[in-house]
Amino acid sequence: MLRFLVPFALFVALIIFFAIGLNRDPREIPSPLINQAAPAFTLQQLQAPAKQFSPADMRGQVWLLNVWASWCVSCRDEHPVLVDLAKRNLVPIVGLNYKDQRPDALQWLAQFGNPYVLSVTDFDGRIGIDYGVYGVPETYVIDKQGVIRMKHIGPVTPQVLQDKILPKVRELSK
Amino acid sequence: MTRILLGMFFLSLTAFAQAVEAPPTAQDPVLEARLNNLAKELRCLVCQNETLADSHAELALDLRREIRDKMRQGLSDAQIKEYLTQRYGDFVLYRPPVKSTTWLLWFGPFLLLIAAIAGLAYFLKRRRRVLEEIPLSAEEAARLKSLLHSENEQA
Repeated sequence: MLRFLVPFALFVALIIFFAIGLNRDPREIPSPLINQAAPAFTLQQLQAPAKQFSPADMRGQVWLLNVWASWCVSCRDEHPVLVDLAKRNLVPIVGLNYKDQRPDALQWLAQFGNPYVLSVTDFDGRIGIDYGVYGVPETYVIDKQGVIRMKHIGPVTPQVLQDKILPKVRELSK
Repeated sequence: MTRILLGMFFLSLTAFAQAVEAPPTAQDPVLEARLNNLAKELRCLVCQNETLADSHAELALDLRREIRDKMRQGLSDAQIKEYLTQRYGDFVLYRPPVKSTTWLLWFGPFLLLIAAIAGLAYFLKRRRRVLEEIPLSAEEAARLKSLLHSENEQA
């Protein structure tokens, strides 16, 4: 009996490992920045280059930092979701315009709508590196004390917003 | 004749095209060699199975630029790795550090090896017991003898 049970048990264990392993998204790399202070920066604003923005300006409120670019294809998928979120006035979204060109970025916002309270320009991608950005779009949930509480890699879908981001925002807003 | 000349002219233009693509940082071969050595130990986040040294992804170029800057500022290789893991996690290192979460990764194969050797030893021991020597009966011994004998004659 044991002769058959042992290989069978090993086989089942292997299947379970495969089932878990293959259902994981290898592109999703856990960020070491979760529960760390959001890296500081001072950057020009996209629409008003004379003005600057730094994360410290958002102290006291929960906010989203959304990394986007006009060249990024999946940003187009998530954009309507963000525009819709902005209309609901639940949480301010700051855009980090990553490795883009100002005219392209401005035209993109004019064409698809602007869900951001403001966007900052990270044209050489240095701030993106500080935030561990490796695949645009990425979205960070930052709390009132300026600590990163969540990171979402890839486009924000209505489902991700409903199940992941908004519950976190609600929890942090308390 | 003019066609050949024109052709030669256009061909000569490709030399310029290549000259433009040459990396602008080749001025410091020592630093580039150090960068290359370090980049071989680091994973490109975009193409995941390529090193930072091999990858042509935009992010890899940026990270190489960043590493180059850090080297110029006098940071050691260890400090640069630290800088990158703070941002991207241990995943950027091709050689993961030994710590409690990676014990299984580092020692798992040896555990499997030990388990396999133990299993094999157990199996062999059991088989020896099964294959215990059973002495031949007188009849069998006689038959064996005659068989061996006839075999010898044929040869």
